[in-house]
Amino acid sequence: MEAIFVDDLRKRYGAVQALDGVTFHVREGEVFGLLGPNGAGKSTTVRVLVTLTHADTGAASVGGHDVRREQVAVRRTIGYVPQDSGVDQFGTGRENLMLQGRVQGMSGRALRDRADELLHLVGIADAADRIVRNYSGGMRRRLDIALGLVHRPRVLFLDEPTTGLDPEARVAMWEEVSRLAQAESLTILLTTHYLEEADQLADRLAIVSQGKVVVEGTPTELKQLLSGDAVQVEVEDGAVERAQSVLAGVGARPEQVLDGRTVVARVDHGGRALPGILSALESAGVAVASVSVSRPSLDDVYLHFTGRDFGAEDRAA
Amino acid sequence: MNVVRHTWFMTVRQGRNLMREPIWIVLLLVQPMVWLILYGQLFKNVTKLGGFGTGSYVTFLAPAIVVMNAFFGATWSGMSMINDLDHKVVERFLATPASRFAIVLSQIVRSAITAAIQAIIILLVALALGVRIHTGALGWIVIILAGVLVNSSFAGISQAIALLTRREATMIAVANFIGLPLLFLSTTMIARSQMPGWMQTVARFNPVDWGVRAAREVVLPGTSWSTVGWHLLLLLGLTALTAAWATSTFRTYQRSL
Repeated sequence: MEAIFVDDLRKRYGAVQALDGVTFHVREGEVFGLLGPNGAGKSTTVRVLVTLTHADTGAASVGGHDVRREQVAVRRTIGYVPQDSGVDQFGTGRENLMLQGRVQGMSGRALRDRADELLHLVGIADAADRIVRNYSGGMRRRLDIALGLVHRPRVLFLDEPTTGLDPEARVAMWEEVSRLAQAESLTILLTTHYLEEADQLADRLAIVSQGKVVVEGTPTELKQLLSGDAVQVEVEDGAVERAQSVLAGVGARPEQVLDGRTVVARVDHGGRALPGILSALESAGVAVASVSVSRPSLDDVYLHFTGRDFGAEDRAA
Repeated sequence: MNVVRHTWFMTVRQGRNLMREPIWIVLLLVQPMVWLILYGQLFKNVTKLGGFGTGSYVTFLAPAIVVMNAFFGATWSGMSMINDLDHKVVERFLATPASRFAIVLSQIVRSAITAAIQAIIILLVALALGVRIHTGALGWIVIILAGVLVNSSFAGISQAIALLTRREATMIAVANFIGLPLLFLSTTMIARSQMPGWMQTVARFNPVDWGVRAAREVVLPGTSWSTVGWHLLLLLGLTALTAAWATSTFRTYQRSL
């Protein structure tokens, strides 16, 4: 069964086409990643799915409930962990959880027990009765996730769960999310602009760029779409075109040029092809500054499907 | 009723946060005390002008200070909403089945409860200053009710402004813009008969004055209960109106998301 169904969502904010026909499906029990740079339309998609805003056209449902016509049913089905926390900073962690549970219709012992359980599950039980304003960024994020889980939702939306966390806290959060997905048998829709995060966490993912899903699949499938390894050869200025033709001559497939001096090419077996590539370049008189071989990464997938370098685009946004 | 339960849950949250910083309650009481004690002493001979219904200016002033304080408090009540909007607390609730009405209503109720607590403190200080409320316990209730209703009326407006502008600077500007004019265009500090004719006329349409009249009526001898009832009823109607307006601006806010 489809836990999330999204069909051709379009939304325009003034002159900006935030969503330009977003379509994807998420199966029950899977961790699905929406990957893309800032401003690609990931958060807007999530906000439509959690009933915070409407799309101009298109349809979407969560847990079998239409996000437009059955808003209350959707809100009971989902947990939403927004990008900007949304906790009450002047309350304690436990108070935040109790209030969230109450507006979700829980009460009494069941709610108290659930709050305790979650505080332990996300590892902030010791700080449960401290004012949130004094929490660290990581602790606050854990509380955010606990808030999203209090009423045992079937579908959890995590919007940029690790943005703003230091690398150590990020890795800890990844373990947390994987564990929670198991422990609570959740369907999770996660947005991220970290390639490693999508690679680590998502069973399947969709790459979003400029309001559209450009490609969808498991991380492995997406990497396999790029046949072969990437060979990056950095050459001196003005030698790029010669290097490209030399590479093509020894059976490599030049794809892109980065920064005007690094040629990226595909070969079937990078390690084996490298000596031949180097000697061909040398005999053609092309001076090589550096060379590297890498297995396909999601970075390459992104570059391949959008024609843009992920990091550069993310920084520009 | 979800609205009532959710309003209660959210009001409890705000009350608890307020109690964590009790310094605020003290600071908020400094101003009315200055009016009651210093201003009341400074102008104590003003009753000689006549028309005050009592020779004790502080007796004349005390119920009006309760209403004035409730009014000033209300003009600021939207700050708490702006804070919740800025910190995305409101958005988090919007993705839950939380009652939309309760999100707005809890702000107004919180503001009104604060006004009621302050009213009791002001009245206790007034009692120590020798003020006697002619109608006794019932009079206390009417004064507190007048404060609560004036507060709720203006809190609704303040919430609407908070939701429409979402800017603290605008809120401060509006609070300053309406605060003193509405105070001086009322009988808070002076007997009606001592006001210029045009001001007497304008005061009739001033909700702050409605509250002052109801509250003062129960303090001085010769209480007219129909005057009390009528003005409280006007305030109740206004409260319903501004609360409805605040709720409709909440829908505007939701559409803007």
